[in-house]
Amino acid sequence: MSVAAISKVVTANDLRSGEVLYLRFPHSWTPELAKASVIKDNDLAKASLAFAQGQPNTVVGAYLSDVIDERDGPRASHFRERFRSTGPSNYRHGKQEL
Amino acid sequence: MYQYSRFDHEFTAERVAQFRAQVARRLDGSLTEEEFKPLRLMNGLYLQLHAYMLRVAIPYGTLNSRQMHQLAMIAERWDKGYGHFTTRQNIQFNWPKLEDVPDILQALADVEMHAIQTSGNTVRNVTADHFAGAAADELADPRPIAELIRQWSTDHPEFQFLPRKFKIAVTGSPNDRAVTRAHDIGLRMTEQDGQRGFEVIVGGGLGRTPMIGKTLSPFVALDDLLPYLEAVVSTYNLLGRRDNKYKARIKITTHEHGIEQIKQRVEAQFAKIKPRFAGANLQLLKDIEQHFALPKFKSSSAQVEADSAPAQSPAFRAWLYTNISAHKLPGYAIVSVSLKKPGATPGDASADQMRALAEIARNFGHDELRISHEQNVILPHVHRADLTQVFQALRQADLAAANIGLISDIIACPGMDYCALATARSIPVAQQIATRFQALKLEHDIGPLKLKISGCINACGHHHVGHIGILGLEKAGVESYQITLGGDGGAEAEIGTRAGPGFGADEIVPAIERLLLGYLQLRLDRNESFLEAYRRLGLAPFKALLYPQARKAA
Repeated sequence: MSVAAISKVVTANDLRSGEVLYLRFPHSWTPELAKASVIKDNDLAKASLAFAQGQPNTVVGAYLSDVIDERDGPRASHFRERFRSTGPSNYRHGKQEL
Repeated sequence: MYQYSRFDHEFTAERVAQFRAQVARRLDGSLTEEEFKPLRLMNGLYLQLHAYMLRVAIPYGTLNSRQMHQLAMIAERWDKGYGHFTTRQNIQFNWPKLEDVPDILQALADVEMHAIQTSGNTVRNVTADHFAGAAADELADPRPIAELIRQWSTDHPEFQFLPRKFKIAVTGSPNDRAVTRAHDIGLRMTEQDGQRGFEVIVGGGLGRTPMIGKTLSPFVALDDLLPYLEAVVSTYNLLGRRDNKYKARIKITTHEHGIEQIKQRVEAQFAKIKPRFAGANLQLLKDIEQHFALPKFKSSSAQVEADSAPAQSPAFRAWLYTNISAHKLPGYAIVSVSLKKPGATPGDASADQMRALAEIARNFGHDELRISHEQNVILPHVHRADLTQVFQALRQADLAAANIGLISDIIACPGMDYCALATARSIPVAQQIATRFQALKLEHDIGPLKLKISGCINACGHHHVGHIGILGLEKAGVESYQITLGGDGGAEAEIGTRAGPGFGADEIVPAIERLLLGYLQLRLDRNESFLEAYRRLGLAPFKALLYPQARKAA
């Protein structure tokens, strides 16, 4: 039985605004999950997380988040991450404003 | 209301200056996040799901119009034009930028407000009966004591690193509107031999291990209260567990050691420290009491508008019926302003609404406002002759929902729409229940009902003490909602009983609808409330309503 490849992105919050950000290779951050770089390799995942954690004056609380890799870009696989990638459901105050 | 002393002003100014420097050092890289986090939390600044969140204390829920105007200004200038009033009489701003927070704290200090100790393992914002100082049923205004506790606990050197957070609630009324039995310490004003004092309750709390507080002392004289509280918190500080955060609250300490042992330790500590309280605290209390003198009430002989209510519009009559409570003066009323218009986010007020509330309080309410733990705004002193104008002004601000105490007057925590700890959303569930029952036009028929929703086991939405409680959890990768029934946050506080398995996000509103349509059939008559019917009949018939499939299968 083949092991399904991992699909992850690195996510964190912006130090200044608190906004949810995603790592985009080689070393920039995007507020849009669809534009994040999808990581399918464990070593690359570790290295990418280490890179993010090495930017303490840009982002806070970096971690790896599971995604579903689709043609239009990655999509959150868990509802919590889906809310982080869009914004609250009561007002269009989050990324819905984009 | 309380006016800051020179000491208060200097203290808050110093804290703002300190935090400004700390933020600057964080932004220039001199402080790591690990170093900075406890500093920002000491000032009420959290990092939530989408942004920073600033939690501002509204001590014992009391505000004046100037402060409410300032909250509106902050909401507009540094946030997204609104604020969220919480179940702990705080206001939360959901979108501040880190570099703006020192300016926000300065703006708060300018109107004698702060965000100190709204996080961390300290004594948190002291909450009180939201009708305090106005209620017809109270012995006396409990807010002077609450203010004394605020001053005593703020930056108290012994209590800055308690095993866990510590919440104190105070009431001056036998009808507990402050949920005192669900606090680390609950204080209920009482009298003994003509002397005023407090019943001291400890070890209440909700969260993952809900417990109803136990009476530590049925009567502590007013003069002894502060050293007694210090003895309680000091005992907890030494005895409380630091090895496991889930067992660190005083409710667990009390449970593990037993109330008698806690009592012995507290009394020994009290005897030891009492001589240190040589009277300065009592002088301070006397000074504080001056600040809480009653406003200059208008003559009660003016026309009493409510008496001619039948001649008024049905909307006004409905509002009078649900949103007015008895004031200690017959010519006056306590107005509860609902922040629960069906479809709205419970507890949210826009900057425009805050300004409207401030102006109404200034023009018709002796400049006083209160925030209730039920996430509504109270105008504690409105002359009955002004009720029509107050209603009209509230209506213009879209604040005239006539639903206090009804099913749509839902407590809901921010849930996973904002909170980093949440396991499911609360707000959409509250919105859907409120709009559904509005559409069914059954709210008034159902009558008094407290429905409370928490988006995680920490229970900020007080679901354990809701007549109907809803707890949002994650189950197999989706949101799942558990229902508890029969909880009560009043004088005879009770923790609700879990009814059964959880419901999916699309099943929870129909489940509540089945439950309440069934209650209408089960009740003896219109006078038997949901809670009374539940107490008479027990869980079984209500469970059958919630899980009709199980009944069929059986």
